[in-house]
This record gives sequence, C-alpha cells and structure tokens, in this order.
Amino acid sequence: CRDCFRAFYIHKFRAVLGKNRLIFPGEKVLLAWSGGPSSSSMVWQVLEGLGRDSAKRLRFVPGVVYVDGSQVGLGHCGPSRLPPPLPCAARENPLPTPMMLPPGEQGHVLWFPLKSFVELLTGHWPRPILGSPVGVTPFYPHFSEGAACGQSWKDRARTLADVKLILQTVGFPWHTVALEEVFALPPSVLRCSAQEPVGTMGNYKVAVDSFLQQEHMLGAEGVGGSPNSTQGEEQLGQPCTQDPQHPAGPPPADQTEALSRLFDSVKTLTAKEELLQTLRTHLILHVARTHGYSKVMTGDSCTRLAIKLMTSLALGRGAFLAWDTGFSDERHGDVVVVRPMREHTLKEVAFYNRLFAVPSVFTPAIDTKAPEKASIHRLMEGFLLRLQAQFPSTVSTVYRTSEKLVKAPRDGCAAGPRCLLCMCLLDVDTADSATAFGAQTQDCSQMRPPTPPAEAPTVPCCSTEVGRVQNCFRGTKPCGREDSRARVIEQLCYSCRVNMKDVPSLDPLPPYILAEAQLRSQRVWLPPRASPEIQEYLVESSDD
Amino acid sequence: MPAPQCASCHAARAALRRPRSGQALCGACFCTAFEAEVLHTVLAGRLLPPGAVVAVGASGGKDSTVLAHVLRELTPRLGVSLRLVAVDEGIGGYRDAALAAGGGRRRAGTSRSPSWPTQTSSGAGRWTPTAGTGRSRACCTFCGVLRRRALEEGARLVGATHIVTGHNADDMAETVLMNFLRGDAGRLARGGGLGSRGEGGALPRCRPLQLASQKEVVLYAHFRRLDYFSEECVYAPEAFRGHARHLLKLLEAARPAQQQLGRAGLGPLTPPDQSFYLEIRNSGHLDTFWIGLPPNPSSVRSSPSPQ
Repeated sequence: CRDCFRAFYIHKFRAVLGKNRLIFPGEKVLLAWSGGPSSSSMVWQVLEGLGRDSAKRLRFVPGVVYVDGSQVGLGHCGPSRLPPPLPCAARENPLPTPMMLPPGEQGHVLWFPLKSFVELLTGHWPRPILGSPVGVTPFYPHFSEGAACGQSWKDRARTLADVKLILQTVGFPWHTVALEEVFALPPSVLRCSAQEPVGTMGNYKVAVDSFLQQEHMLGAEGVGGSPNSTQGEEQLGQPCTQDPQHPAGPPPADQTEALSRLFDSVKTLTAKEELLQTLRTHLILHVARTHGYSKVMTGDSCTRLAIKLMTSLALGRGAFLAWDTGFSDERHGDVVVVRPMREHTLKEVAFYNRLFAVPSVFTPAIDTKAPEKASIHRLMEGFLLRLQAQFPSTVSTVYRTSEKLVKAPRDGCAAGPRCLLCMCLLDVDTADSATAFGAQTQDCSQMRPPTPPAEAPTVPCCSTEVGRVQNCFRGTKPCGREDSRARVIEQLCYSCRVNMKDVPSLDPLPPYILAEAQLRSQRVWLPPRASPEIQEYLVESSDD
Repeated sequence: MPAPQCASCHAARAALRRPRSGQALCGACFCTAFEAEVLHTVLAGRLLPPGAVVAVGASGGKDSTVLAHVLRELTPRLGVSLRLVAVDEGIGGYRDAALAAGGGRRRAGTSRSPSWPTQTSSGAGRWTPTAGTGRSRACCTFCGVLRRRALEEGARLVGATHIVTGHNADDMAETVLMNFLRGDAGRLARGGGLGSRGEGGALPRCRPLQLASQKEVVLYAHFRRLDYFSEECVYAPEAFRGHARHLLKLLEAARPAQQQLGRAGLGPLTPPDQSFYLEIRNSGHLDTFWIGLPPNPSSVRSSPSPQ
C-alpha cells in the first residue's frame, strides 16, 4: 500500500546512508541534481529527512548544484523520428504506470506519459509544501523535425526558469552552472588534493556522540529549537547563492560556440557521452571545492548503476569499476562522491515520484532519441533491459556484483600517476601482452603509440626540440600539435585513450586540460636531474 | 583495383587485412605473425615451461585445430611435447561427428600429420544433458564443468603436465560479460590471468590463443588449409552465453574504428572492425584482490572482504 511503500522507500535511503557511515554530522554535502527523476527523488528525500524530529533527522548541511548542459543536448540530428503517440491506455488509467518502452523506440528508457502527467499535476495534484507551483517542461512541443543540434536559447531559458522554480521550492542553497564554464576552470581541478583521514567506525560514533551532546547542551541553554534547526535556518535563509562571477544571463556566446565546436568535433556518440560526463564531473567538483563541500551526492539508481557497470566494462574501465559504481568514490581526494540512491530501482523511483509528486525537470540529454546502435551506452541499456525481461534478476545481480568489487589496496593520491581526465590510477602497462596486441591497433599511420611514463626521463626537456620521444618517425617534422597530442594521450588511462581516438584534434578541449597536461609532462622528467646527492657519482655521457 | 602489397614482406600481394589493425598482409606473413604472437603470449606469461608435456584439448572445432597446429609449429621453440585429448560428452550429432571429422581427418590430412598419442575421454561415463531433466536451460552450465573434468582425467592418462585449450579473445570477452551478468564473482576472480595455476591438485591450464581474436583464428585456419568441424551444438541456442555473444556482436558493430580502411582495396575478404576483446581484456584487471570474496579454505587467492 502507499504508506508502506513510502516507509520502505525512505528506509532504504536512510539505511544506505547509515550503513556506510561516511557522512558526518554537520558536514556540507552537495547534491548533484540533473533534473531527472532519480536525482529529484534524492533531493526530495534529503528535504524530507531534514525536516523530521530530532532523533531521526539527517544531520548534514545540503546544497544543490545544477549543471545546465542543454547546449549539447540532442547532440545528433539523426534520422528524423516522430515521437510515438501517447498510448491511449495512459489517459484512461488513473495511475499511469511508467512504461518501459523498447529502448529503440524512445530516447528514454523509462518514459512517463508526460502529457497526462502534466494534466494531472496542474489540474488535480495537491500543491507541494511551500506553495509554489511546480513547473515541468513538457517534452514534445520543443522538438521539431529539423531542429538544430542543441536547444535554442529560448528553450534553455525556459528550462532554467523551471529549474529555478524547483530549486526555490526546495530551499537549499543552490548553484546553477552552465556547461560552458568548463572553459573557465582552473587546472587545479584535475589535481587530487590531500586526502582527509577517512572516518572509521570509531570516528563516526565519536563524531555523532559529540554532535548530539552539543545539541543537548545548546538545547539546555534555552536556545529556541535545536541548534541544528537554527543552523539549518541560517543556511536556508541565505539568499539563493548564484555565483557572483556569473550573472543570470546567458553565458558568453564564444564559450557556447567553443562548446558546440568541441562536441561537434567528436566523432562518435560514445565519446561524446564520456566527454560530457567528464566535464560535468569536473564542474561539479569545482563547485564543491569552491564552496567548501566535502561530499557530493549523485542520484544514480540501481538500474543506472548496473548499466554503468556493463558500459564501463565495454569501454575498458574495468579496472575502475569499484570507483565508478561503488557507494563512495574518493579518487578526487578531498571531495568524496557518494551514491545514496544506489539501492533503488528506476521503477521504484518512478512510482515514488508519481505517488508523492516529486517535482522534476526534463532536459533532453545528448542521447535522447538516439537509435540503439548509436552508442555503447544506449546499446548496453537496451541489452540489459531486454535481458531483464527474460531473467528478472539481471539488474540486481549485476548490481550485487558491483558491491563485491573491492578497491585496490594501494590507496591514496600519491600511489602513482593519475589519468588526466578521469583521475583514476593509470593502468596502462606496456609489459602486458594485451597492450602489446593493442599496440597493433595504434598503427603508426593512424596515431602515435602511447609512450609509457617510464620512457619519459630519456626525453629531452625542451619541448621545441625536433623528433622527440615518439617511436613513429615522421622525419624532421617539428613538434607541435603531434607532440602535444601525444603528451596528453600518454597521461590518460586506457579507456580515456580509446575515447580520445574519436577526438581528431585536441585543440577544442577546454584550456585547463591542456594546461595541466603540459604541466604534468614537464614535471615527469624533472626529478632525475634535480638530485644533487647522486650527481657526483653520475658519469656524464657525451650524448646527454 | 589491385590489392596492395604486403606490409611485411613487400613482395607478395596482400591477401587480407588484419581485423584489428587493418594492416594488409599476405597469407604467409599473416600466419607467421599469428604464430609469433602466440609464442609471445606463451613466453611472456611463462605458461609452458620447457620439458612440459602438454595435453591439447581437441574438440575438432576451429579453435582447437588451430591451436594444435600452431603449437606443433612452436614445439621446437618451446621445447614441449604434445598430446591430443578429446572429450566425448555424448551429445548426438555434435561431438561424435566432430571427433570423427576432426580427429580422423587431421591425422590423415596434412602430410606432416603427427602421430600423437590421442585419448578420447568420456568422463564419468557418457553423460547426456537430457538425461532425466529433459531439455532444460541449465544443461549448458554443467556441461562445461563436466567436460573440464573429463579433460583433466584424459590428460592424466596420457601423462601430461599442462593442459591447453583453444579459447580465443572473443570467448574470453564473452566469459567476462557473462560472469558479470550472472554475478559470478568467484569465476571473475579466478579468470583474470592468462591461465590457472592448477588449484586443488589439478593440472595447470592455459589458453595460448587468448589474445587472438576469433576472426584471426578463422583466417589462420583458412590460410593453412586446416579442416575442422563447424556445426553448433544442439543445445547452444539455449545457453546463456548466447546472450553475451550477441551483446559482443552488437558492441563490435557499434564501435567501427577502421572504417576508413575498409573503403580501399580488398573488398569482401575481411571487413575490418575492431575486436572488442581488447577493451574487455584490459578491463579484465580482475585480479583476485579486486573482488572481495569471503575468506574460505579453498585455494582461491583472495583478499578478505572489506569491513
């Protein structure tokens, strides 16, 4: 029944947080909200969780970030497809069930009969708590047959207005960032900061106990309400924090154009999706660091994580599965990404959102309306959901397997070089015969083979020297973009390298990536020259 | 349009393009390259030490035929001796025909046919998956397990010290995918390396063809004119592996990396595409410490689970 479902749903959310005792009381947590159903549900859970009475209240301090990536939505203008007509059953049925349409038909796996939903919402639905109307962008009217890639500014503005309405309803301090701001990111985003000591069980209990004691003490002093609520009110009472550097208008046109140039230059949808994911992660990381958030919560549901696991496998990220799909992801060091919705299936999320009026905003993603074979992500999604229909335990099985994955024992930032883009430990091992086979694919005529970092000390320092490290001899071609490309490529993990194959030129990449690549490549060879104590023992060779 | 020259010997006309790199090679150079790569795999992984007696699991299909042939070419370099072992599960129309075709022809076929001691092992008597339960979905699951057991017994009978099987890269990729889909963490943990060291008293097993894609195996068989049996087992459509195989085919189609090479030259011989195995193999750093298994007394090397 409805109430039991609600209790079960909320319990799952709290249980996941409580089992992995990573979020300390009073900690600032950033909720990464994409507008979609899972992250909206997560935000709603946090909202409800904070509003409870003191014993079971959630004890952290939330903020919300929304990344506006709609410029790159509808990144392909594929074969024109009219959206399928709304199934008639949906209108007659008072409780339209989320339809799992065959993925090839529709851009989204889980598709609400939105028109009827909107009717119900605006017509008969009870208003949410704070009384402001909830806006849901209707899907269809914005899509025309020959629509240009990406949304027009009018559509973006409309989406942003809906987003802001919902954010104001929710009431946490919120930040809206446009994806174009990647061009203004500093290279420090890509550096793994010093790790804070990981909280063990003992630490957690101590922290909670001291927090509760504080509450009691302050309560005894007669402050109105518990200190948590006054703290909470202080936070809530802040004016909606829009980043002062970014006025409310549209981002500069040259940035928008640079962004679309970047995404247009990427050849495959798979690489586009991966790039988008990477840039989004960096942006959110930057926001979290700037505003002092130590945790980021993302709304990945069980279904999404299972699909993500299989997709990562197919993309060559098998070594990093534990970070990509586990509960917590500490590869960035100071900011930890947690996934509290990982035990909720998409179906449960959809039911909950429908029954309890959780507001969400639909924005077309880069793979909306894409045919199934367009990208590996879409393919895996379709495959897994079809298999789920035959073997109903597939998604949960894959998810459970992800729980069993253990992170490598060698942890911490300093363990080894990290990938430039995904910030995982570099896993390309040239001694492995698989990559020796893989070297076949990176033919000399295609692109430069990856040079392992071990060869770097033999590289002459000056980057303007001719005919440097590369095995591929192109005669006396002066170094320039070939070298800079090779420099970036050699700092990437295997899957990022494969993605970069689909990016013909690295110039459109945001400058912070290229700058950091430059910095790292210069840093690598430095130590061997800079150790004075062994200098006296070294025999200077004539060709050095 | 005349075919380009072989990229390796620059003498003969190219007869194929390698599936992964798109390199144009003539038949002889391709076979040489293939054998060199298998040798590298065996040497780099130290799979078959000199002096080993190697039992080749020979089913008569393309993989085991190619494996037997390649290993025979490489025995002088490796310093091992070979034995053939075939397993008869008693599946009508599949295994008996394969053994007849593969075994007999191979022995009589090429002029350099080896007279190896051959053993046909029937495991625990001849079992048929249909016995008792009717045609159930699960029969494929234990067929493989029992076959390995029979292979083990056969290998001991011929006095072997190592067992090799002809699994290729596509098989390994399917296995990894399948194990994830079925949630088989134990097999994932064990299957990461190039072979197993032989736990619980079993003979060490390895797969020298592990890094060669299926297309290359078929090409090798074609250029060396090897005969093999190529029918599908009658139970194969019901096997779970079929889903993984289907997925792999879809993935290969979705990531065409060498399209520009496909335009020129050789037409229908070998449409180049990128085998998926590399991605999955490289993600197969599924060493045992990645998968936290509960500590158990079996000899699986695993780290204790967290917390």
